[in-house]
Amino acid sequence: MSEAGNAQRAATIAVLVENEAGVLARVIGLFSGRGYNIDSLTVAPVDETGRISRITIVTSGTEMVIEQIKAQLDRLVPVHRVADLTMEGPHLVRELALIKVVGRGENRVEALRLADAFRARVVDATTESFVFEMTGAAEKIDAFCALMRPIGLTEVSRTGAVAIARGPRGLN
Amino acid sequence: MPAATKPASTADALTMSGAEVVLRALKDQGVEVIFGYPGGAVLPIYDALFQQNSIRHILVRHEQAAVHAAEGYARSTGKVGVVLVTSGPGATNAVTGLVDALMDSIPVVCLTGQVPTHLIGNDAFQEADTTGITRPATKHNYLVKKSADLARVLHEAFYVARSGRPGPVVIDLPKDILINKAPYTEPSTAPHRSYRPQTEPDPEQIRKAVRLLKQARRPIVYAGGGVINSGPEASRLLTEFVRMTGFPCTNTLMGLGAFPANDPLFLGMLGMHGTYEANLAMHGCDVMLNIGARFDDRVTGRLDAFSPHSKKIHADIDPSSINKNVPVDVPIVGDAGRVLAALIECWKAEEAPQQRQVLAQWWRQIEEWRAKDCLRYRQEGRIIKPQHAVKRLYEITRESGRETFITTEVGQHQMWAAQYFGFDKPNRWMTSGGLGTMGYGLPAAMGVQIAHPDALVIDIAGEASILMNIQEMGTLAQYRLPVKVFILNNEYMGMVRQWQELLHGGRYSESYSAALPDFVKLAESFHAVGMRAETVDDLDRVIREMIAVDKAVIADICVAKDENCFPMIPSGAAHNEMILGEDQEGGVAGVTDEGKVLV
Repeated sequence: MSEAGNAQRAATIAVLVENEAGVLARVIGLFSGRGYNIDSLTVAPVDETGRISRITIVTSGTEMVIEQIKAQLDRLVPVHRVADLTMEGPHLVRELALIKVVGRGENRVEALRLADAFRARVVDATTESFVFEMTGAAEKIDAFCALMRPIGLTEVSRTGAVAIARGPRGLN
Repeated sequence: MPAATKPASTADALTMSGAEVVLRALKDQGVEVIFGYPGGAVLPIYDALFQQNSIRHILVRHEQAAVHAAEGYARSTGKVGVVLVTSGPGATNAVTGLVDALMDSIPVVCLTGQVPTHLIGNDAFQEADTTGITRPATKHNYLVKKSADLARVLHEAFYVARSGRPGPVVIDLPKDILINKAPYTEPSTAPHRSYRPQTEPDPEQIRKAVRLLKQARRPIVYAGGGVINSGPEASRLLTEFVRMTGFPCTNTLMGLGAFPANDPLFLGMLGMHGTYEANLAMHGCDVMLNIGARFDDRVTGRLDAFSPHSKKIHADIDPSSINKNVPVDVPIVGDAGRVLAALIECWKAEEAPQQRQVLAQWWRQIEEWRAKDCLRYRQEGRIIKPQHAVKRLYEITRESGRETFITTEVGQHQMWAAQYFGFDKPNRWMTSGGLGTMGYGLPAAMGVQIAHPDALVIDIAGEASILMNIQEMGTLAQYRLPVKVFILNNEYMGMVRQWQELLHGGRYSESYSAALPDFVKLAESFHAVGMRAETVDDLDRVIREMIAVDKAVIADICVAKDENCFPMIPSGAAHNEMILGEDQEGGVAGVTDEGKVLV
């Protein structure tokens, strides 16, 4: 196989599935059973009846492996549609994070200053702690957490990526 | 059960128990026979079975055998095989059969009992997380938690099992769902909400394929189990296409019978124990047409040396099989039969002439390879060579003119059966290809015999494999199934012994079949007929007697103990590095440590 064939790439894959029992286990079992990576996975119902869920998976692998992942996902019985957002064109990827920072004095002031710069919102505060809420690309959240670490970062809860294509085209 | 064809109206919708709904749905799906074993959780279904007579139940002796029997039934008829087992151990015993059906794409619907819904998750008696356990063992599975879903799920399961790439489907049925009243709905013709596999090939891909094939100088057709699964018409079309083009054709283990073995265009089986000519033609071809096969590791050998100079066309109904192991140039998603029909039509329409003269050159090369006569063996002395036993079995059954179905267990005898028994029609050969399940052959033969009561059904077995499901001799007796078990008895797990000889310095670790039963007496104790051939002088007589007896038979054929199965592509080697029988002495050069890692 050529060098190019062995090159790894990341892929953000959107999967529309029938919202039935066990569907998430099926998707996760596929990844673990066949040795694929999951960097992040999110899932929630997205249509008005609650019958369709959207799973967003961030994975990585060679081009051949990523094509396999898509084909394997697509042949699961409850899967409606599989889209490789990374390949299909410009798209938005967002993640939501809740970040707890504990500290007093100058560290509190610094935490607020940084939050402001990153457009993180304070959603909970005590005299010795803040919980910040922020959305953005994973890298932005990583950077924010890295800055908070020396000034009292205590706990992080992240949703994992959700993604959608830019422009009028819908995924149905 | 209500009367046979009465449509279920809303008025009487809730007069049926869940168990009755299950049987009604099976009946409406055309099910005539189910293979099963009762137990607490499925008693309501057994009670309903007792009170009807449109569906026949075959009582097996172990749940694994129920699934293999359903596989044999399915593979020899093209219908969906149906299994009924209880919860807990009933379901877990069925798992091997389910994975077997998954690997070989056999349509099976397996109904499993489950503890009542209010006890699920409580570690109740005979509870197992059946849907959890069988999720990776099936094409799809269901747990019915609401009576309202029952009929729909049953019909959907049959659709999923037989559509696209076929496979096993489990329906887990809690006992309260079986007892409570449930509404019945007839099979729906509405398309499935999410599962709609593509069967019709893209015409543009067909045109690309035909253009490549017309220019081919060294073409080969490599056809697999997908052709069998598509139905007998696909095999007819494959034969038409190959004869029309004059191309050489090879079949995978699962594809045997898709193209007539007695046709001069047939190169035999390919792969690890395939013929020299088939493998070298695969290696040397410039255009390969793969129809319904999946570039399995047993076929390709070392991937980076697999058919290095060819353009590859791959037609498969399962898009995930394409570009999985081997990158291809022209992918075609579609049903094998539809693809072949489209190829034939396009081939006729396409004006470009075929390279007939260069094709003749290619055939001269192939004939040189064929002249090696790689399946040659020497039957000398009185000890029966296993190859000779299969060859005589083939010749004598052929002379008898009887419709013959062959199943096998797994190991050397299986490969010898594939090499020396010729199949001219599809659906006559049942073997465990993907999973390699020892113990498959006897129950599979049972299923075949149920579907074809008047046919000659033979399980070509090894003495080790047959013991893995020997209890099914009881089922043969109960239903008077005249299955013939033809044991090539070399007192070894032959394939294990062969690998130990070739790869592990002849250290025969645990591969000797010690303390074997007396198979003749064993047959008799199960109300069958036992026979033995100890020397080559007995062989033909035993085969003829075995065929003539209208009862189950175990024929114990004592064969040479140290015979190896050749030709062979050693693990980690390429097609052009295969070893032939006479070259084997002194072990296998060419097996690297990397190769030893492979199974």
